[in-house]
Amino acid sequence: MEILNLARQAILMPAGIQDGDIEKIMNRLLSSPVDAADIYFQSSHFESWVMEGGIIKEGSHNIEQGAGVRAVFGEKTGFAYSDRIELPVLLEAANNVKAIVRQGQEADPLHCKVSIKAADWPKHYATQNPLKSLADQQKIDLLRRVDSETRKLDSRIEEVIVSLVGVHEHILVARQDGSLVADVRPLVRMNVTVIVEQDGQREQGSMGGGGRSDYNYFIDRDIALEYGREAVRQALVNLEAVEAPAGNMTVVLGSGWPGILLHEAIGHGLEGDFNRKGTSAFSGRVGERVASDLCTVVDDGTLPGRRGSLTIDDEGTPTEKTVLIENGILKGYMQDQLNARLMGVNPTGNGRRESYAHLPMPRMTNTYMLPGQHDPEEIIKSVKKGLYAKNFGGGQVDITSGKFVFSASEAYLIENGKITRAVKGATLIGNGPDVLTKVSMVGTDLELDSGVGSCGKDGQSVPVGVGQPTLKIDGLTVGGTSV
Amino acid sequence: MQNQEQHTALKNIVQDILDEAVKQGASAAEAGLSQENGLSVSVRLGDVETIEHHCDQGLGVTVYFGQRKGSASTTDLSPASIKETVSAACSIARYTSEDEYSGLPEPELLATEFPDLDLNHPWDIGVDGAIALAIECEDAARSYHEEISNSEGASVDTHQGIRVMGNTLGFLQGYASTRHSLSCSVLAQRGDSMQRDYWYTVARNARDLESAVDVGNKAAERTLRRLQARSLSTRQCPVLYCAETASGLLSSFIGAISGGNLYRKSSFLLDALGTQVFPEFVRIHEQPYLKGALGSGAYDGEGVATQTRDIVSEGILRGYVLSTYSARKLGLHSTGNAGGVHNLTIDPGKLDYQGMLKELNTGLLVTELMGQGVNMVTGDYSRGAAGFWVENGEIQYPVEEITIAGNLKDMLKNIVAVGNDVDYRGNIRTGSILVERMSIAGE
Ligand SMILES: [Zn+2]
Repeated sequence: MEILNLARQAILMPAGIQDGDIEKIMNRLLSSPVDAADIYFQSSHFESWVMEGGIIKEGSHNIEQGAGVRAVFGEKTGFAYSDRIELPVLLEAANNVKAIVRQGQEADPLHCKVSIKAADWPKHYATQNPLKSLADQQKIDLLRRVDSETRKLDSRIEEVIVSLVGVHEHILVARQDGSLVADVRPLVRMNVTVIVEQDGQREQGSMGGGGRSDYNYFIDRDIALEYGREAVRQALVNLEAVEAPAGNMTVVLGSGWPGILLHEAIGHGLEGDFNRKGTSAFSGRVGERVASDLCTVVDDGTLPGRRGSLTIDDEGTPTEKTVLIENGILKGYMQDQLNARLMGVNPTGNGRRESYAHLPMPRMTNTYMLPGQHDPEEIIKSVKKGLYAKNFGGGQVDITSGKFVFSASEAYLIENGKITRAVKGATLIGNGPDVLTKVSMVGTDLELDSGVGSCGKDGQSVPVGVGQPTLKIDGLTVGGTSV
Repeated sequence: MQNQEQHTALKNIVQDILDEAVKQGASAAEAGLSQENGLSVSVRLGDVETIEHHCDQGLGVTVYFGQRKGSASTTDLSPASIKETVSAACSIARYTSEDEYSGLPEPELLATEFPDLDLNHPWDIGVDGAIALAIECEDAARSYHEEISNSEGASVDTHQGIRVMGNTLGFLQGYASTRHSLSCSVLAQRGDSMQRDYWYTVARNARDLESAVDVGNKAAERTLRRLQARSLSTRQCPVLYCAETASGLLSSFIGAISGGNLYRKSSFLLDALGTQVFPEFVRIHEQPYLKGALGSGAYDGEGVATQTRDIVSEGILRGYVLSTYSARKLGLHSTGNAGGVHNLTIDPGKLDYQGMLKELNTGLLVTELMGQGVNMVTGDYSRGAAGFWVENGEIQYPVEEITIAGNLKDMLKNIVAVGNDVDYRGNIRTGSILVERMSIAGE
């Protein structure tokens, strides 16, 4: 109730939109026999600050607001949006959208009456505005402190770039049954990039984090300074790195961010839309073995304050902890409402959209593997010759062929059970449906990433989280240059 | 002339923003505004899947208080919102630092001539017309061969927009442009092997689009040829980048000579101006004034005149890619590249696609790249790839689940040939590119 009021105040009141107006728009949508309809209102305030070359170089403040109107009929979707939250504009949008139902279809006019649903689901983050959690001068002081403390760490540091980003977003979803649900979503992120130089050779290191919290997140426990230390450490490691090996070998993945493996190798392939259409390498495989029995993988939007967490998804469905793979067996897919209805299953709270200007679709939240039995050191010790990959950049997947890549940014050779030399970054490539069947050891050390992930699908970007314990994979192709 | 009226109205708003900035104490300001309308229709398995009506607008403003700078943007163009947006930018400029390199461009570099570049061709196709075209395209793909087993559909997109920008040096310009595309993606199955590929066509003028049937047929053909792909053993061999993947190679090169990476010293081509970066036969140039092309424009994101110029000739790096700020950091002048390059073109060689395969002789033809895997600081390059194994100039079989790796500095120097099979669909125009030797990792 309180959140709904906050969202009304932030989006509807400034635009002068009343409940009666929402009913009018919805009734316009429902004057054709649609299966589902919704109106998505959004208002986002975004700021960013960048320190570079020892000065506060850039700052910006951005406001994005608008509404998207959608009608669904069978497998068909009509959609229109506008930056102008005005009744005539939205009525016009509704007219365009309901044309998805072709002529000849008799309307059995439904009537919508706005009703307030008790928001009896648990909340996974606070609602306060992160942009206001520090005064502007305090934000500047924080950046300066991170910059100067990081520069002190090593004489080989050439450049330090520190950025701070905050988002305060209100969303309100009106659905065809007249229910109104809302969410207030904070999101903050800080990043430190350093460039180091030694004997004319340059390298970079980068570390960041954040979550659905406010800027005090970076000050409590001095986490911001930790990002600087970690960025410098990575850059210096890479200065010493030799050519990466090329070929198929045993790979040990570190805990935390290397969980991007799960996101790319299986996560996208388990999104409901691809499986309804039968275009994923995992289509029709529920109940089958897709991983070794050491592997249990979940998508969990309910983790408190995580970057990928949501109290409700962008269709107003409360998020949940969805088991994707249990002891190696494929259990189910991630669903939005459209695909859940068409597949005859329940939505899982994975219906997400980049903004009011985009259609929702099944997307991940926080995707991670549960911990196993092995001590991480024992896992390294068990490898005679292989690669230990500790940090990664981005990844990509072809959900039909199942082939996926992810790029290591910090990696080491393992020789006779010991981590030896650092090697240059390299891309790892594998096949989603069988990479997890080659998992032979799972560590006890489950860790989630620090809160930097963004996932792109169909041109839409959303914040996500990943995580995993240390994993041993018996055979993955490592794309180095040392043949 | 509704267009003309909209133009004038938007110019007036930009001028109001600039006036408001000065009123609020800014010593200089720059503002941009865009409005865009569009329609996207997608069909799948012969029936409509989505109909999307797009309607976007946005304004951005940057203010300078001496050498201090602040920016703000909004999607709300109401007078009250404009005022708030300007004051948000001004308030940020109170906290940013004095930066001796910041500020508007040198007045003499601003564009003064605005030829009609033939970029605006609205397409009055309508929802029904778009559906019919998309269905025709998907039908062509689905009926191409019995192994085409499923579809991700076909879509038609048409967008029409106006952009206006101005600054307190008196620059105030705008132009309308359109962009239309048709794309198709289908799946094929043979035994356990399932593959998907796509094809698309894009143009400023719908007349220049490939036909729906051609797009469908190409999507189907590209999908079928991938069936039963296998990995390769780890090896070193020559690599031929097809035209679509070759543009990625050139965009990495452009990244390395871009001002932002140069002044941050995060480029593998630091201090490379005047040195041999490519083999002698390579010429790379910008063509901002090409009529009707996707990357054309008389001025860049700051109003600086764009230039028809050689970036590389005889293989030697002749110029960087600079905005006003990055140029000043390097002690140089803007090259009119705030926001990127304009129709970057590598001169095609004599060989067509078949000729390039013969030139490759035995090696890897890369038709798809996956992942980022490029370290701009060191030039280290390692990406996932799919394509074909070629022997004696003939395609043998499709390959996947391999990586290709090298160092960009060496890869650019070791380009053996550039084909004349140019892909004109993007802002980078190149034929296929043959690189002498790279490391392949596979099974
Ligand atoms: Zn993703």
